Amino acid sequence: MAGSTLELKRISAVSTAPPGVRETTVVSKYIDTTSCIGCKACEVACQQWNDLPPEVTVQFGTYQTLPDMTPSFWNLIRFEETEVDGAQAWLMRKDQCMHCADPGCLAACPAPSAIVQYVNGIVDFNQEHCIGCGYCMTGCPFNVPKLNKTTSKVYKCTLCVDRVSVGLEPACIKACPTGCLQFGSKPQMLHLAEQRVARLKENGFANAMVYDPPGVGGTGVVTVVAHGDRLASYGLPRDPSIPLAVTLWKKPLKWLGNLGMIAGVVVAGLHYLKFGSKPEPEAKEPEK
Amino acid sequence: MTNGWNDIANADVILAMGGNPAENHPVGFRWVMEAKRNRNAKLISVDPRFHRTAAVSDVYVPLRVGSDIAFLGGLIHYSLSKKRYNEEYVRHYTNAPLLIREGYSFNEADGVFSGWNAETKSYDKSSWNYELDGQGYAKIDEKMEHPRSVFQLMKHHYSRYTPEMVSKICGCSVAEFEKAAELITSTYTPDRAGTIMYALGWTHHSFSVQLIHAAAMLQLLLGNIGIAGGGLNALRGHANIQGGTDCGVAYHNVAGYIAMPKSDQTSLKQFLTAVTPKPLRPNSMNFWSNTDRFFVSQLKAYYGKTATAANEFGYQWHPKIPQAGTGYENWSWGFLFDAMYAGKMEGFLNFGMNPVSNGPNSKKAIAALSQLKWMVVAENFDQETSSFFKPEILATIDKKPADVQTEVFLLPAANFAEKDGTFTNSSRWIQWKWKAVDPPGLAKPDHEIIARLFLRIRELYQKDGGKFPDPIVNLNWWYSNPVEPSLDEVCKEINGWDLTTGNQLEKFLDCKADGTTLSGNWLYIGMYTGAGNLTQRRVNTDPTGLGRYPNWSFNWPANRRIMYNRCSADSKGKPWDAKRPTIAWNGEKWTGDVPDYKPDSAPEQGMGPFIMLPEGVARFFVPGQFVEGPFSEHYEPAESAVVNPLHPKTSSNPLVRRFSTPHDKLGEAKDYPIVCTTYRLTEHFHYWTKNNPYNMEIQPEFFIEIPEELAKDKGIANAQMVRITSARGSIEGKAMVTKRIKPLDINGQRVYQIGFPIHWGFLGRGSQKGSLANLVTPTILDPNSFAPEYKGFLVRLEKV
Repeated sequence: MAGSTLELKRISAVSTAPPGVRETTVVSKYIDTTSCIGCKACEVACQQWNDLPPEVTVQFGTYQTLPDMTPSFWNLIRFEETEVDGAQAWLMRKDQCMHCADPGCLAACPAPSAIVQYVNGIVDFNQEHCIGCGYCMTGCPFNVPKLNKTTSKVYKCTLCVDRVSVGLEPACIKACPTGCLQFGSKPQMLHLAEQRVARLKENGFANAMVYDPPGVGGTGVVTVVAHGDRLASYGLPRDPSIPLAVTLWKKPLKWLGNLGMIAGVVVAGLHYLKFGSKPEPEAKEPEK
Repeated sequence: MTNGWNDIANADVILAMGGNPAENHPVGFRWVMEAKRNRNAKLISVDPRFHRTAAVSDVYVPLRVGSDIAFLGGLIHYSLSKKRYNEEYVRHYTNAPLLIREGYSFNEADGVFSGWNAETKSYDKSSWNYELDGQGYAKIDEKMEHPRSVFQLMKHHYSRYTPEMVSKICGCSVAEFEKAAELITSTYTPDRAGTIMYALGWTHHSFSVQLIHAAAMLQLLLGNIGIAGGGLNALRGHANIQGGTDCGVAYHNVAGYIAMPKSDQTSLKQFLTAVTPKPLRPNSMNFWSNTDRFFVSQLKAYYGKTATAANEFGYQWHPKIPQAGTGYENWSWGFLFDAMYAGKMEGFLNFGMNPVSNGPNSKKAIAALSQLKWMVVAENFDQETSSFFKPEILATIDKKPADVQTEVFLLPAANFAEKDGTFTNSSRWIQWKWKAVDPPGLAKPDHEIIARLFLRIRELYQKDGGKFPDPIVNLNWWYSNPVEPSLDEVCKEINGWDLTTGNQLEKFLDCKADGTTLSGNWLYIGMYTGAGNLTQRRVNTDPTGLGRYPNWSFNWPANRRIMYNRCSADSKGKPWDAKRPTIAWNGEKWTGDVPDYKPDSAPEQGMGPFIMLPEGVARFFVPGQFVEGPFSEHYEPAESAVVNPLHPKTSSNPLVRRFSTPHDKLGEAKDYPIVCTTYRLTEHFHYWTKNNPYNMEIQPEFFIEIPEELAKDKGIANAQMVRITSARGSIEGKAMVTKRIKPLDINGQRVYQIGFPIHWGFLGRGSQKGSLANLVTPTILDPNSFAPEYKGFLVRLEKV
């Protein structure tokens, strides 16, 4: 049925303007680690929606499913046992692609169209264009993308771009039973996070904070943590940014590279003009 | 639950104890998070382990497995000694002002109540009762000052449970206890509400009923029963376990919590006289005075037209429990398997169960099954019980398949999503669910399997006669499709109808004792009225804004969302908390939720608010219904690492039920020094999901949680293989070395605790390796509920 989308430009025999997205919304996940119970519903929902096969896992002395994300496991809750001011704590944070506003993976990627950023902020990989070079992995300050060695392609959370583009929330958000995961526009999610942090501070968590690091232009995942002074316990870098090598390579060094390449072509041309083509080696007399 | 899941969002203080709701009820736990987010409610977690619930709690208190009554006793003492209780509530709504007979006492040195006979190890309970006046009513002292008033006796009984004593028994510090106590008892004011959430961490003990009694006492002192955001809330462990108990799954009840007739109750009249209570106060409604209506209507549902007044409505055909002393009087789990072990049973029908895995003491269960001639298992997966004859399972009892003659039939059964029907959840909502997919292959729903069995058996009786064909051939099998009865028709029958008019019953008192009505379970009357099958109702409007949703499905009893809700208003009928009213008296009748009360009884008439109890008020002092005492008292688990600091002479529950087979050994602390407990994980559902690749992915292998300090002592590294051995058996698994279980100082003695989840075994995906938790647990039973003590037993630990 026509009309079930906001992305309409014109409608026949209707005099008013069609309904539509008049302002582009940047979307974001909201993760409140202080109300996450580590149930892993998001882990399984992610795998089921994205048709990812179950990983073969082993118990390695923790409640955590795997040590790290894999090419077919994009959403991992990290469990960390620690003590805060002498009191026991068990921190749980849902880890996945952060959907940076300024994505290091995209900056590092040399394959045309293999990584895209949508106007709603979602950073997505196009495996058909991926050349498996793994540069995105070094470009990511959160160590998210994972290379499948068999297919030689890199995979990560898509923020369920297929669901979001038809007006559905991501699978992980839908599966969350406690409401620690929510989804909406970035300003709304930030507002929610700030409210939650204010409540945490009121309850004595002086270091509670919203994690939305400016070094990558902010992220499409707004995270609330109770202990902002111990980000490493959540597996979060304090000031993530695109690695220097990627920045240099993609900005000044890119021109240096281009310059080198152009210079090479120019030198080759000059060489040709001066010396002409390489002479054919003299044909040897066939042996008799 | 006295309240319901949604209502937890109305609480100010939530005590999660004897349960790990974030782990085992993650969906319902949403309401806890809503209370925390929206009301800044405080969550207190009291548990041996710092678990998923503790991780999001505001206050965590560690305690030793099985010391919960001491902790609750400490809270009762804290409330009473600091006058942090709702005095008007206690005076009007509980038995605190009633007087107890002379002769009642508690021997503090010996740890036993009056009437104890040390030789027979039993109680003469006659002193545990009210002092009655000439009319048979309990005497009362409104001021609650009489030394034999329940209030004074209670105050005295719990005066021993000081914060220091709590610390000595439980192992938490005095400061930790007092911080929690201050917060929990803060709900004694009318403007604050506190709820308690508990589960199998309380029911799996040899003193489980008394434990819940203690929690109820605390909630009554604080005025938390009957109010929004309050209550004592049992989180049921399966989707329909509430429905099972409501509909008579336990051997000693018929549907609707009416006692199962006993063989010495030889006539209907005799039975009804024995089970119908007489009022103990002049203002008591004593709703159980209607037992005759409920039971006769149930007999009519069983035996239909053949049940007449002349034949006592078929009472003589109704099953009866054999008399005490025959050895056949108890058919609860532990006794059933003991009888099977002793060779007293020939066959066994096993539906929706995996006794080898989910019962205690698996080796005894395996040995018991091998005594049977035949067994029928209806299941959707092959499991440890249907495959108990396999070499690796029989090896646990040193037997081989050739040693076992049991003939096993495994019938493929549909699972919950492959059939229609209802689930009754913890909130007591009877909710219809629609089949999602057809069962695969030849799998059939349980009720069809039972119907087919019944029809064949009835045919045999009709053809060949038999010893006692009446109960079978007279059974009312009226369904339009007898082979696969429609569950809509079954719901209709459970609600029941008037045989004269044919109309569905609308309310409890529509059913009659003269045989003119039929009702399968009086408690469910209202679920299928003239308005249709209300379990299918899905109206999600919430007029009060308190999460009550009065037109969502059907909430037994009588679509009442909060039980005992008369207590939500003061003695004048005005809600204690105007912001969270449950019911209120408007001058003519009670309005709000469906009142748990006579709807037009004015507050001045002073009718007791607990209409199901003959005294009309709640019981701090239980006059004889529990076997080991009228007040709850701390006893140690049957296997305990320490001696009871309160009364070493009677350390554990003196009436604990145990057995004497070679598999029923108990260990001592000198051989098995470590306290051990068992539990479930959020990643798995019982013993099913080990067949599902995604569940196995997120929690692949059996593991044992071990405190860091103990691991260091034993030189155990994280993820290393270790062995646990109890007096019953041993299992191996990977160590999970953790900071989340701390060694405790119990009365000057260092006590280590370990624990492990139950979900693995012999069959299923991935690496099972026979890591079946119940190979080490004991068959020790609570003497009231006969629940096994899965939590709190002794083991030793070593590296493999």
